[in-house]
Amino acid sequence: MNLAAIVFLPFIGAILPLLLGGRSRLYSTLAAAGVTSFSLALLIYAAPLALNGAVPHYLLEWLPDLGLHIAFRLDGLSLLFAGLILGIGLLVIIYAHYYLSAKDSAPRFFACLLLFMGSMLGIVTADNLILMWFFWELTSISSFLLIGYWFHQSTARRGARMALAITGAGGLALLAGLLLIGNIAGSYQVDAVLNAAEAIKNHDLYLTALILVLIGAFTKSAQFPFQFWLPHAMAAPTPVSAYLHSATMVKAGIFLMARLTPALGGTPEWTTIVTLTGLATLLFGAYFALLKTDLKGLLAFSTISHLGLITMLLGLGSAGAIAAALFHILNHATFKAGLFMIAGIIDHETGSRDMRKLSGLRKAMPFTMILAVITSAAMAGIPLFNGFLSKEMFFAEAYNQHLFGGLSWFVPVLATLGAMLSVAYSVRFVHDVFFQEPATDLPKKPHEPPLMMRMPVIFFAILCIAVGIAPMLLTANIVESAVLAVNGTVPTLDIAIWHGFNMPLLMSALALAGGIAIYVGRAELLTFSRQFDPHDAKDVFAKIVSNTTRFCDELMQQVENGSLQRYVAFLLVFTLVVVIPELADILQLTGSRPQLPIDAVSLVGAVLLMLAAISTAMLHRQRLTSLMMLSVVGLIVSLSFIHFSAPDLAMTQLVVEVVSIILMILALFFMPQRIPRASSGRRVARDVLLAGSIGGIVGTLNYALMTRPFNSISDFFLANSVPGGGGTNVVNVILVDFRGFDTLGEITVLAIAAAGIHKLLNNLRPFMPSSDVDGRPWHRVKHPLLVQTVSQALLPLALMVSVYIFLRGHNLPGGGFIAGLVTAAAMILQYIANGVDWVKSRFDYNYQTLTAVGVMIALFTGIGSWLFDHNFLTSSFTHVHWPFIGEFELATAILFDLGVYLTVIGATLMILANFGQMTTRHRPRQEGY
Amino acid sequence: METLYAITVGTLTACSVFLILRGRSFPIVIGLTMLSYAVNLFLFSTGRLIVNELPIVGASDNTTDPLPQALVLTAIVIGFAMTAYSIILAVRVRGEIGSDEVNDYNYAEQDGQR
Repeated sequence: MNLAAIVFLPFIGAILPLLLGGRSRLYSTLAAAGVTSFSLALLIYAAPLALNGAVPHYLLEWLPDLGLHIAFRLDGLSLLFAGLILGIGLLVIIYAHYYLSAKDSAPRFFACLLLFMGSMLGIVTADNLILMWFFWELTSISSFLLIGYWFHQSTARRGARMALAITGAGGLALLAGLLLIGNIAGSYQVDAVLNAAEAIKNHDLYLTALILVLIGAFTKSAQFPFQFWLPHAMAAPTPVSAYLHSATMVKAGIFLMARLTPALGGTPEWTTIVTLTGLATLLFGAYFALLKTDLKGLLAFSTISHLGLITMLLGLGSAGAIAAALFHILNHATFKAGLFMIAGIIDHETGSRDMRKLSGLRKAMPFTMILAVITSAAMAGIPLFNGFLSKEMFFAEAYNQHLFGGLSWFVPVLATLGAMLSVAYSVRFVHDVFFQEPATDLPKKPHEPPLMMRMPVIFFAILCIAVGIAPMLLTANIVESAVLAVNGTVPTLDIAIWHGFNMPLLMSALALAGGIAIYVGRAELLTFSRQFDPHDAKDVFAKIVSNTTRFCDELMQQVENGSLQRYVAFLLVFTLVVVIPELADILQLTGSRPQLPIDAVSLVGAVLLMLAAISTAMLHRQRLTSLMMLSVVGLIVSLSFIHFSAPDLAMTQLVVEVVSIILMILALFFMPQRIPRASSGRRVARDVLLAGSIGGIVGTLNYALMTRPFNSISDFFLANSVPGGGGTNVVNVILVDFRGFDTLGEITVLAIAAAGIHKLLNNLRPFMPSSDVDGRPWHRVKHPLLVQTVSQALLPLALMVSVYIFLRGHNLPGGGFIAGLVTAAAMILQYIANGVDWVKSRFDYNYQTLTAVGVMIALFTGIGSWLFDHNFLTSSFTHVHWPFIGEFELATAILFDLGVYLTVIGATLMILANFGQMTTRHRPRQEGY
Repeated sequence: METLYAITVGTLTACSVFLILRGRSFPIVIGLTMLSYAVNLFLFSTGRLIVNELPIVGASDNTTDPLPQALVLTAIVIGFAMTAYSIILAVRVRGEIGSDEVNDYNYAEQDGQR
């Protein structure tokens, strides 16, 4: 729990600065510093355990099926990094309090910083690889926010985007790698993965997983060739650079490599790739650090170089190299954070970071100069400073390795060359800025910063010296436990300033002498480097991004061009592609089921049906004709239902047909009268081909299906209809009883559709032509007398029929659906024949209420079963003797059917009556009723 | 008979797909309606074709499969709701933007594209 609290405190605490944002900045700073201190205190409380080699764990199962747990651990490695993150974080918060100008939003800054801090802590303490990756991505996002903190500057925005793109892409590669590793190891828990080291290294996918993980690590830690985002991230406020780009985020990649060293390291592939990448990065960074004129640029490339050094040590992988790497992580974090803060102070107090302008600041800022000299000396690796010790260890490891056979000598030589460059740019940092003639054209008059702003730097400087003089006393414990976590063996650490006259000492001496020589002769070097065309990574990156965007844009234009017809065509083609191979696999189209003979009536009906369908399609530009043809199709479909023993369906289809055609004729009134142009020949050919293929496929499927024998669950319904449902019409019993829940859903959908239509018609101002397309006015008699009379006479008859159909539905064809539709059709006839006003004056009933009542009746009938301790919608029935009618069966299902009946009437009339009213003064205008 | 039935269903499907591929809303709604007929016939035929019987217990010796009938019955009603909704949507669109084109407003008006 304690461990989880360390990680999650900063996340929760990130809200505090925002809440206190309205007050003075001090509150925000105190809140951020308080949260950090609290987390740090918890870490220190847990530290002794980790230092003694016991590893505290915390496990909360999250998605156990996926192997994903909220799991934390605190071994030596985690402790080393967590200490850096929290300790330096605290100092950076203090520094930032003075650094940020009055215009900058401190709450936002501190909130982002705390988010980042929590994410980093999550990476280093996660005990589950996927959880670690999750935090890894969170650092990418929060660092994006921090780099882009001054979002009004385009450099900040572009730098932030580049950092996010590179580290985010690396994160995806990492995820792929971790998934592979987890798959091989059978678990994502760190212990399990480390224990499965042999299985992972011998697996076929080892190299793939290794490369993917290394891409993640190299992008995050700015290793060659992914180093280019880091200098551009310097657009961030200096406290961010000091924190993210020296001590923490860029070390996440290093941490990852250290964490996975037991599982992945030690193989020839690992050694070659990691060592050489580190070496290349070391030289590349050091060389360009020397050429930069921007203070932070110099430090950024220097950071790249030092990260390369650490990476190289991890690549070498011996116990000494691991110890040197971890020790250098500690040292680099202290001196580089200090140097970044000094760069920030100089920027803050002089208004410039350009080394061509800055010079001679020793008089104006003597104290800062002393701090700069100390931290630079540590960076250069001068004896008595901490950088010297780890660099000596580095030299020793470089000298003692024999990885590249006869060519192994080039490693120590290049390492010394890198160190020379490092000395040169360290000297440059101090000499160019603080010595020579004082600068006269600075934007501000330079002066010392406030004491508290210097305080964190003083702390770092003291650490540089203290560790440099008494390394064993101060750091042996933590480095030893970290090495233990990486190597699994307790190391015998022996860090000392003096090891006697040996090769590393000679290399150090060479590096110092050579570095000063390079600095003195830097003019030559600058002239030489000027011959090369400066290739700005930002422009290259921007070009790649814009090219990719353009390519995708064009592709999208091609695919998604706004033509819905095209999308439908794509869908249909895709359907064909999926279905055709499956159908081609069927050995025999015709099944074994005996087929019915074709009779003459069926033949005539089928031919009529097909002709009507084809006419509907062909005459679609003559809309009324097409609609008439459609009604022929519908009629014959209902006839065929009768023919094939489905009277309920035939009745339903017949009434629905009537209602839909009336609806569509109504709609036709509001549609454009102008007949659209014909499609091009190519388009028609394409559509006919596509439609024909789909039709052919459907017909084939249907034929294959019908000619095969089948087993149906219907026997159950047939057997239980009378004893269980109390009705002989099995279709109706299924609807209101066996599958009553489905029917409840269906009528609800119907009611929702009707409500949706009601809404769509609200406030609609339809086009209402006053004449037909040829300019002839509508007929002046709207409601012919003959139709009026007949319809009025028909209404009671129709209602009676519908009641009859409703009542007999349980035993004979009929039921709520059909009866409801019949009633609705009769009512619609009244609207058509007599007009809306006529109906309204006689029957002004609210159809929304009717629909709702219907659904409620059905629902409460179902719920009623609960009162009798039955399941939802269980029906019960009894037989009663009605006078004149005879034996009558009374089932609760009939109540349910009543709900269906009312819903169907309500919904149908809600749709048609509302729509029909569009042309009258009753048309719906307000929202709501 | 099965062959004839299948051909009919295929023809209905083909005609409705052709209509759905048009560029104006009205033919599309007609196509959708016809497609729902085709689908209903298809679903209905999963109970196989039986002539001159009833899905009623005791009315005949050889009852038909009532389950597809029950499914298709609700499908017809829901199909009606869908037809109604789409046609009203088409009317609303026509009222709002003055056109019954289904393609995107910005889709280049090329000849013969609808």
